[in-house]
Amino acid sequence: MLKYIIRRLAMLIPVLLGVSILAFSLMQLIPGDPARSMLGEKATESQLMQLREEMGLNDPYIVQYGRFLGSVLQGDLGESIKSKEDISVELLNRLPATIELTMFAMILAIVVGILAGVIAAVKQYSWFDNLSMTGALFGVSLPIFWLGLMMIWLFSVKLGILPASGRLSNDVELNTITNFYLLDSILTGNWVAFKDVFTHLLMPGVALGTIPMAIIARMTRSSMLEVMKQDYIRTANAKGLARHLIVFRHALKNAFLPVLTVIGLQFGLLLGGAVLTETIFSWPGVGRYVYLAVLGRDYPVVQGAILIIAIIFVLVNLITDILYKYFDPRISYN
Amino acid sequence: MKDETPILQVKQLHTHFFSKSGVVKAVDGVNFDIKPGETLGIVGESGSGKSITAMSIMRLIPSPPGKIVNGEVLFKGEDLLKKSEKQMRKIRGKEISMIFQDPMTSLNPVLTVEKQMIETILTHENMNKSQARERAVELMDLVGIPESRNRLKNYPHEFSGGMRQRVMIAMALACNPEVLIADEPTTALDVTIQAQILELLNKLQKELGMAIVMITHDLGVVAEVCDRVMVMYAGKPVEFTEANSLFANPKHPYTWGLMNSIPKITSKKEKLEAIEGAPPDLRALPQGCSFAPRCKHAMEQCLTIDPSITKVEESHHVRCLLYEETEKVIST
Repeated sequence: MLKYIIRRLAMLIPVLLGVSILAFSLMQLIPGDPARSMLGEKATESQLMQLREEMGLNDPYIVQYGRFLGSVLQGDLGESIKSKEDISVELLNRLPATIELTMFAMILAIVVGILAGVIAAVKQYSWFDNLSMTGALFGVSLPIFWLGLMMIWLFSVKLGILPASGRLSNDVELNTITNFYLLDSILTGNWVAFKDVFTHLLMPGVALGTIPMAIIARMTRSSMLEVMKQDYIRTANAKGLARHLIVFRHALKNAFLPVLTVIGLQFGLLLGGAVLTETIFSWPGVGRYVYLAVLGRDYPVVQGAILIIAIIFVLVNLITDILYKYFDPRISYN
Repeated sequence: MKDETPILQVKQLHTHFFSKSGVVKAVDGVNFDIKPGETLGIVGESGSGKSITAMSIMRLIPSPPGKIVNGEVLFKGEDLLKKSEKQMRKIRGKEISMIFQDPMTSLNPVLTVEKQMIETILTHENMNKSQARERAVELMDLVGIPESRNRLKNYPHEFSGGMRQRVMIAMALACNPEVLIADEPTTALDVTIQAQILELLNKLQKELGMAIVMITHDLGVVAEVCDRVMVMYAGKPVEFTEANSLFANPKHPYTWGLMNSIPKITSKKEKLEAIEGAPPDLRALPQGCSFAPRCKHAMEQCLTIDPSITKVEESHHVRCLLYEETEKVIST
């Protein structure tokens, strides 16, 4: 098992190398000149030339890439063209906000999605089944930005019960330790802040979690329906086991494998979804940072963020693969 | 000596499946009883209703579409068909247990054998986890699984087919059931393993004294283990007698067909004899005897009159007009 994990971690190297090449070339292909965007429209040609020379933009691509890769390997993602801030530091500062939001959305999606899927399968064709699966169909079809805006309109503008933006109200104090605000408020026993953080998380969490929730619910339902027909479920019934043992121990553990695959994939997609959600809810995370960087042609920031997101994506996939083994002992990694 | 009061009596059992294309009369009037320590064989082709009979006794018919429309299943004098689902859960696995055809698919692949075994014990017996674990070790020893304590930690896929069926048997015997229903327990196994499993069942029955309902399509199995046999065709019993007299003196033309289709080591024929035709569509049974269209001995009236089961000899019952005729001949 350990061998497998090490091998998988080693495989990260070529994957990330590929990602770095893609991130680098993408930024070369996009029209626009960083030197011009830094100096503005009024800059003279000689000023531009000088800056390009300073930034190494006149060097061959391969040299530029080598330089980029060299500093990335030292943990240096360069500095922002716009703000001159260190990108690694900026990304690390924003990462907890994004991870907190995606984790919140994912846990919401997993808990509600699986529960709804299981009940829908066990009570197939009941009103609950019909209602939840119609709901799931809507869930996968709703664009995140539309759902987000509608929720802001209803809960913030009309009803005024949930905050429309940010992670924490201005008048609420919170000592940060991990920068995961929900965790920090628990660690410091600050329940006022906990409630405030939670209400801030609610809408962006739901907006982000709706699509994975709907997909997980549908996957769980169909997988459960398949498993409930298996011989070992008949055996479990013939043993006189209680219904909840049959459904949750015997059926769900078998039905979970395809659901796990979906969860892993959705987690990666969630990181993309976070760009939209964070923008709508002014969430100070990586997504919003990237969005602003793209608008401002802040190439190094975009490159750095792509790399970070790719690393997270690959790690989530690795965790998914390791979890397979827990849910299905027949899987062997040797 | 065997106790003569039956532990399980099935009376006029009718289990039908209601599909869009019609009513499938999977079990249509089955009667039998079984005494403690006795082995009753139920024999028939696929679709003859033998497994549905077993599932009906356990009340495990998927409903809808299935429904037990009529009959009684008396277990120690009480009608199981009148019990609530909750009461049935207390009987299943404890007083009546069941083993199935395919040990590859009948065990849960993602739970250890130990977990699957002790959950039955914990459900029915007043034991804590470590007592249940000890009981599981005992059961593994009982069914002849070597290194029982270590093997409990294994998953089903780490056992061979024969060993898995032993695990199934151990699980079924966990709470000392009074009736064991074995639904084709050897069909999915190699011939040598088949013999071992049958021998094991025989041995366990002698030690534990339970009654066994042995469902099989294999007359060889019947000869090996059964005291009495019921031959089923199209949801109905067609012949019911002692195992010895079935082999010595089979009466029903369908049973003759079954006997002829057993390969004999002494025979020089290269081709096996088969019963011509296929089992009838249970949604649209012929008007007369269900077997008549395939029967070499069918008479004209067989196509119109559905015979009732008649006693032709002491403890030998047959559903066939051939014998109703002879009786009539004898009586006139």
